Amino acid sequence: MTSVADVSESNLVDEARVTPVVRRSKVDRAYRAVATLSGSVVFVVMALIGGFLLYRGIDALRISGWGFITESQWAPDMGGAFGIAAVLPYTVSIALVALFLAVPISVATALFITEYAPRRLRRFLTATIDLLAAVPSLIYGLWGLFYLQPRLITLSKWLADNLGFIPFFEVNEDFGTSLGVFPSSTFVAGVIVSLMVIPICTSVMREVFGQAPPGEREGAMALGGTRWGVVRDVVLPFGRGGIIGGSMLGLGRALGETIAVTLIISPSFDAKWSIVEQGSNSIAALIALKFSESTETGISALMAAGLALFVITLIVNTAASSVVNRSRSGSATEI
Amino acid sequence: MALALRRRRNVTEAVADEKIRIRSVESIDVTVMIGSAIASFALSQLLYETFLPLSGALGYVVVWYVLFLAVSWIAVRELRGNVRAKDHLARVVVWSGASMAIVPLILIVLYVVGKGYHALRPQFFAEDQRYVGALSDATEGGGAHAIIGTIQQVGIASLIAVPLGITTAVYLNEVKGRLAKPLRTVVDAMSAVPSIVAGLFIYAAWILALGNQQTGLAGSLALSVLFLPTVTRTAEVVLRLVPGGLREASLALGGTEWRTTSRVVLPTSRSGLVTAVILGVARVIGETAPLILTVGGAFIMNWNPLAGKQDSLPFFVFRLIRFPQESQIARAWTGALVLMILVLVLFVIARAIGGRGPDHIGRLKKWRLQRKGLA
Repeated sequence: MTSVADVSESNLVDEARVTPVVRRSKVDRAYRAVATLSGSVVFVVMALIGGFLLYRGIDALRISGWGFITESQWAPDMGGAFGIAAVLPYTVSIALVALFLAVPISVATALFITEYAPRRLRRFLTATIDLLAAVPSLIYGLWGLFYLQPRLITLSKWLADNLGFIPFFEVNEDFGTSLGVFPSSTFVAGVIVSLMVIPICTSVMREVFGQAPPGEREGAMALGGTRWGVVRDVVLPFGRGGIIGGSMLGLGRALGETIAVTLIISPSFDAKWSIVEQGSNSIAALIALKFSESTETGISALMAAGLALFVITLIVNTAASSVVNRSRSGSATEI
Repeated sequence: MALALRRRRNVTEAVADEKIRIRSVESIDVTVMIGSAIASFALSQLLYETFLPLSGALGYVVVWYVLFLAVSWIAVRELRGNVRAKDHLARVVVWSGASMAIVPLILIVLYVVGKGYHALRPQFFAEDQRYVGALSDATEGGGAHAIIGTIQQVGIASLIAVPLGITTAVYLNEVKGRLAKPLRTVVDAMSAVPSIVAGLFIYAAWILALGNQQTGLAGSLALSVLFLPTVTRTAEVVLRLVPGGLREASLALGGTEWRTTSRVVLPTSRSGLVTAVILGVARVIGETAPLILTVGGAFIMNWNPLAGKQDSLPFFVFRLIRFPQESQIARAWTGALVLMILVLVLFVIARAIGGRGPDHIGRLKKWRLQRKGLA
């Protein structure tokens, strides 16, 4: 295909630059206008989300000032101080616990689908992972609360008993390590959220692993490499962008997860290192829990918190999709 | 003949030492796996029950698994060398990692079915909670108001989001205007908007700023904020799969751009678009967080999504699960079961449609073609 620029550079046409004459009919112009209009709705909605959250949250931000970032209390309605200094670290630590579990499992699942699984299983597994993404987070939350949590806290106790010297697994000595101090913790919430993150990470990684160049793959096998050799030296290096990008997309999802976290945690407003001890929080859960009991200033403060969450997920996800897009070739199918 | 056979066996034996099979399972692998499983079970029994001061089923499984990895690694290493041992270890880890992703799904489905089927009676789909008191049995009353609410809200949300999403996808992939590149980035960003933020946005913009009440419509607006990017992204992928040759053929025959899109591109990708929409519905139908802020919740039937508070199935479950009464909790589980069945059914339908290629000719299409005398 010769583009306009190539023609003019090759000096075949000396003076006049060839510009393709496109005369569209009225219908076509209308069609393009409608499509452009609906495309721009997305821009408008995104701008409105940011704009309205800022507009509604600005009152609270004026009251709190920089305290919004440094204060860990949340008592806007009583004229008290409020800020996200405790909620934000909790949000991040739930997301990090989730990623810590989800990323290795997702890498393994994606590798299994692209490299190890028998051909017949592949389609089935891909569908199952998609189904995992379609299960409502509410159901994950219920299952986590009633089924997983009572079983998981034995692991929390084990971590606290045996690895208690690490600050993450430390529990307050006053209460001892009876099972009662372990439910509703960052750890339990993180495990549940990890289940919701796995399908997102896996589908990105699967796509990128599947695009590892067949030449290198076959070359590695021809040199006598084992399956693991191929994975280690071809698939994983080529899929590094996918692993990083997929994990970051998962991080974005984990930061904004609401209902499952709301069901599991018991709200705490003192930041602490321990992830196994009772009490945790997240911005999304804070909004869901405090919303019904808040009056004017309280709602405004929640809007400001929502704005913070919106901005954070926006940054994380934009970075993630730029990483993924760079490692993915977006070619169209041609016949 | 016998000589030839023996010679061939010799050859294969000589080669077998070098050959690395990639996808087949050899009997020696199975033997090693079973042996290692038994050995590590015995070892973990010894360690866990006798030497170490540990308890709990979960810890036991973890110890067993780690020991299994170690034992089978040593076994393969002794039998077949270091390289094979590493390969074996990687295979076991990948297999178990993949099953870690699948097992929870099975457990969740079984658990919700087990909890929810008690109160699942026909009247769950016919009655609301009008006559439900604190002492009512779990089989009294139902979630019809919530189901109707969900259907209306998701229906309105799809009426808003599906046409908008598909035309946006058409803009991205067919019109390819100047905005296409930034638009794709923004759609990606929009798909990452946390669901609670979508609810907050509608609360701020629709309820606080415009002075509306909490209604089903407000809920569907919040849902369509979440629905739009999902539809756009999947529809764009589907449109990208339409072969460029078809478009060029249409244009070469003198078709206008609009004709090309409406008569060639969209019909070709119809099954994919339907799948995209159904998957989007399955994703949106379980959203709870935005509805907490926007629909208000109700215990009685409200047929009108434009006025008055409405209930929705996920919100119904979320509220009732935190009641102290056992019967309300049982109803919540039934609601969760219904919700899960809805999602599963939608998902299976989507898969069944999406499995067909663009050249699939269904019964209806065949009939239509026959009528035109084309087939």
